[in-house]
Amino acid sequence: MTTTAVQTATAKPPAAASDRSRAENRLGQKLVAPAIILMLLVTAFPMLRALWLSVYDYALTAPDDKELIGLSNYVTALTDPLFWQTTGITVLYMVVTVAIELVIGFVFAMVMHRVIFARGVVRTSILIPYGIITVVSGFAWQFAFSTTNGFINGWLPGIGDDFNWFGETTPAVIAIMISEIWKTTPFMSLLLLAGLAQVSEDMIEAAKVDGATWWQRLWRVILPNMRAAIMVAVLFRALDAYRIFDNIFVMTNGAQKTESISFLTYRQTIEQFQLGMGSALSVLLFLSVLLVAYLIIKIFRVDLAQARQEA
Amino acid sequence: MKQKVGLAVGILLILVWCLLPVVWIISLSFKSEESVTTGNPGFFPSEGTSAGWDNYKKVLTDDLYDYFPRAIINSIGISLIATLLSVIVATLAAYAIARLEFKGKKFVLSIALAIAMFPVVSLVGPLFDMWRTLGIYDTWIGLIIPYMSFTLPLAIWTLSAFFREIPWEMEQAAQVDGATSWQAFRRVIVPLAAPGVFTAAILTFFFAWNDFVFGISLTSTEAARPIPASLAFFVGSDPFNRPASLLAAAAVIATIPIIVIVLIFQRKIVAGLTSGAVKG
Repeated sequence: MTTTAVQTATAKPPAAASDRSRAENRLGQKLVAPAIILMLLVTAFPMLRALWLSVYDYALTAPDDKELIGLSNYVTALTDPLFWQTTGITVLYMVVTVAIELVIGFVFAMVMHRVIFARGVVRTSILIPYGIITVVSGFAWQFAFSTTNGFINGWLPGIGDDFNWFGETTPAVIAIMISEIWKTTPFMSLLLLAGLAQVSEDMIEAAKVDGATWWQRLWRVILPNMRAAIMVAVLFRALDAYRIFDNIFVMTNGAQKTESISFLTYRQTIEQFQLGMGSALSVLLFLSVLLVAYLIIKIFRVDLAQARQEA
Repeated sequence: MKQKVGLAVGILLILVWCLLPVVWIISLSFKSEESVTTGNPGFFPSEGTSAGWDNYKKVLTDDLYDYFPRAIINSIGISLIATLLSVIVATLAAYAIARLEFKGKKFVLSIALAIAMFPVVSLVGPLFDMWRTLGIYDTWIGLIIPYMSFTLPLAIWTLSAFFREIPWEMEQAAQVDGATSWQAFRRVIVPLAAPGVFTAAILTFFFAWNDFVFGISLTSTEAARPIPASLAFFVGSDPFNRPASLLAAAAVIATIPIIVIVLIFQRKIVAGLTSGAVKG
């Protein structure tokens, strides 16, 4: 670090140096304090409150009937098939979208890495889906799939003009996934591009000289060397996908069993004013995100120091 | 040669992927309102059903949609204030992380990482309740606070990655050459740090502009409802039939700021995204 270099260069006596490091310690903590307070104010504090509310039978429509009921809300949620069904569909959204994004995102990253001409155009266009409002993406795709005003039925061979994509679970889930994948693949490809830039060209060149085919270079040299970047990208995107909400709200409003766990929680709290039950679902959602994060980190051995930038 | 063709195909693929839905929503916004109610399938407006700028005029000026111009003002105001405040707070924290040795540095980075992965929906219930008690439900400040909290992680990462790259010795070199500390800071450090701060600001603005969960949960009227929430509650004269082409026009308007920012700052955004999430 530059600071330590400067300190040793000025060669203070030991007592002064420790004074100085104590002052530095205090200044550092003061500077990060506002950020810490803000981040915890809106997350840790409400989460504790959710924990507390979750043991009550508490509806905003009848606030006077608030009653301590222990873990009943959790029991109700965990024994309700709806909870497991929404969790299942959420995991499905996560696994399918992240897998497809990883493949397409990698292809895009390879193209962006090699492209020399039209670099600005490619970059600009890849950032448009990234920056666009998810709700707008949801509407664009919903209307594209619609029978009355859309174009997809007309373009796809083998699908009738009057096919209703939102009339059944499977096509509705596919439509939602397409909107999600369209919007977030650019983000994935930019993270992978950063990883690709770290793979040394000399190594690839050396493999080429040794007679490795393109396919072998990809699997033996490029991919293993950008493992860390891939894992961080997967972790970020998977947790993001697990929280899927906007597209479902706009495209189906949870109809045809397309509801995710986030959507169920939202519906209980905000639409039905069941704060007690909603809080229990909030806690379960939070715990399930922790579990997903833990599993991804363990199974794929993600290096968190890299994600935290401690390299 | 073969490689060049492959690359050209790849570029074409990226362009079609990224731009087709955007062109589609623009095309839809030019279909006339009447033709959309009865059904007007196809990518482009069919013969004689083009509405010109009518849909745009309507969502911006018609009394029936007066909540939309209001939502634009809300979104711009809330996003800009949240961005400004978030970047100031993040700059202080990132400076400390990049430059100082202090206890709890790991804690800050871990908290930031944890918040970036936090399921926002699990907060809306308690926040809804708390904000009503505090009297900031359905106000600008009620949205600005959560936007700041959730953009801080990204802003802190991006900024600390940038700050690590700054050659801070130059500040002292300038002072040795006779500059005052203020001059050294103003003339040497600020120009070096500005691109990073700017990138963090753009990414923060994108987040605030895009947010939907807080926008629908913590507002109830047009007093603070931002654009994404306003779009989701968009109803025309017939409440059971969404006015697709008007909605498309509103969506295009909401996308214009994003496209302008991307066109001007694409290089900075790419640098910020790639340095913020995976250190090179």
